[in-house]
Amino acid sequence: MQKGMTMTQKILADHAGLPYVVAGQLIEANLDLVLGNDITTPVAIAEMQKMHTKSVFDQDKIALVMDHFIPNKDIKSAQNCKCVREFAIKHEISHYYDVGQMGIEHALLPEQGLTVAGDVIIGADSHTCTYGALGAFSTGVGSTDMAAGMATGKAWFKVPGAIRFNLTGIPGKWISGKDVILHIIGMIGVDGALYKSMEFTGDGIRYLSMDDRFTIANMAIEAGGKNGIFPVDDVAKAYMEEHGKRPYKIYTADEDAEYEQEYTIDLSKLKPTVAFPHLPENTKTIDEIGEKITVDQAVIGSCTNGRMDDLRIAAMIMNGRKIAKNVRCIVIPATQSIYLQALNEGLIKTFIEAGAIVSTPTCGPCLGGYMGVLAEGERCISTTNRNFVGRMGHVDSEVYLASPAVAAASAIAGYITKPED
Amino acid sequence: MKANGTVHKYGDNVDTDVIIPARYLAIQDRNELAEHAMEDIDRDFVRNLKKGDLVVAGKNFGCGSSREHAPLVLKVSGVSCVIAETFARIFFRNAINIGLPIIECPQAAAAIKNGDQVEVDFDSGEIKDLTSGETFQGAPFPEFMQKIIVNGGLINYINNQ
Repeated sequence: MQKGMTMTQKILADHAGLPYVVAGQLIEANLDLVLGNDITTPVAIAEMQKMHTKSVFDQDKIALVMDHFIPNKDIKSAQNCKCVREFAIKHEISHYYDVGQMGIEHALLPEQGLTVAGDVIIGADSHTCTYGALGAFSTGVGSTDMAAGMATGKAWFKVPGAIRFNLTGIPGKWISGKDVILHIIGMIGVDGALYKSMEFTGDGIRYLSMDDRFTIANMAIEAGGKNGIFPVDDVAKAYMEEHGKRPYKIYTADEDAEYEQEYTIDLSKLKPTVAFPHLPENTKTIDEIGEKITVDQAVIGSCTNGRMDDLRIAAMIMNGRKIAKNVRCIVIPATQSIYLQALNEGLIKTFIEAGAIVSTPTCGPCLGGYMGVLAEGERCISTTNRNFVGRMGHVDSEVYLASPAVAAASAIAGYITKPED
Repeated sequence: MKANGTVHKYGDNVDTDVIIPARYLAIQDRNELAEHAMEDIDRDFVRNLKKGDLVVAGKNFGCGSSREHAPLVLKVSGVSCVIAETFARIFFRNAINIGLPIIECPQAAAAIKNGDQVEVDFDSGEIKDLTSGETFQGAPFPEFMQKIIVNGGLINYINNQ
């Protein structure tokens, strides 16, 4: 007898033209969107030049976002952007985003309505899994897959098994999507969902904003997951109706879908959570941190936490206060439109008056690119997604991952502390 | 096809940021890029590596970023094969797509020691530790992936279809 399919399996089956798929099956699926950035696209362009097919499969289904090292940090990054820019012009790519329109890809594409429920999306960036928040199957791949995707509109996948995370309860005042996903990664480990879908369900989801859900799906890769995916409820529908340029399609998991593991997480019991160096799984709740951990820098931004909810809570905490002496606080709105809205709401003024700096959208410091690289022995509290050795700069620097509320409170205090303080 | 060389051994969760730090990602020349392979986990990696040597590691090798630069620098610097307990999925895809041989084998990953001389037969998946005399059986690739490997990567596979 056929077992039921998960939400992810149903989307993949449909895009492969199959009535039914099982975990482990190799399929070829049609793609709704292929994404690349200024780091990965030049490599994909070089690979595409080796192909017999020189044209793209659909100029409207490719998104090229210059976001990692832009505005260009050096000559080499300028050369890379130039290479992508020329490719975009030559192939008349509709969704090419450069200085002036760009934002961090995983905040920008949903905002621009390019990712909707039911899509199959690949991106040459590991955090492509973000769009699962809207009920799409989206996953990170390398540049060669991106090249093949741009040329053929297809990609091969091994159909993943799944882990179900049943979210219940109402989260407390300071609990955000970041605390939920750090808690999960701390619980299952950085390979806890290796090769698998992370399917989120439960009546607690209704208390999570779209921004919270983007944060949670974004870090599925940090648990090794192939994708993270949320059911499409009224909150997701409202978001897509506001932003979407294409119709969406809602898939729901079968009631008898098979899950390899199931976890229930009571959101009301979660505490603000921090991941210590050098793995996202090294988590402690804020109450478990006994020692005083001073910080040299605080970063609030990235594809994980550079959205309106994130900036609002950080500004609320910084309002009328000053960043601690000897702490550099860097705030990076994730897109131009978020930047503008933050300006209109007075948040940028709050940040600057507190002594923080506000940068144009960029991935910059998250991966130690520029705009906040750490020196030897320095420590940063950051709302980004990875705290690997050398991630933000010197091999002997340290990154602590936390929510915008914890990062803002810590920037004010000068050491890692809870938002209530 | 066989690999034969000296093993350079590492632990669990070797991430793409240590395989090739992001500060070098603007470099497009693959040989220049490969000079920095594994720099943040092993400063002497490139100096000590001889062409054909193997990397052996624990679980979740290649976790983190989707940068294809990671398997690429290992391939360009002369690594003939990576054996690990498990691989992170994007690294796994990328390695196959660019033609860097990799094998999942928890037993071999645990038993093989740094500096051992190891031979791998890619057709059978057999891994021989010539130093200890032990033999291990790696997981064979599904037929579809074997086709990509035999063609020398995804682009050639698509071109030859």
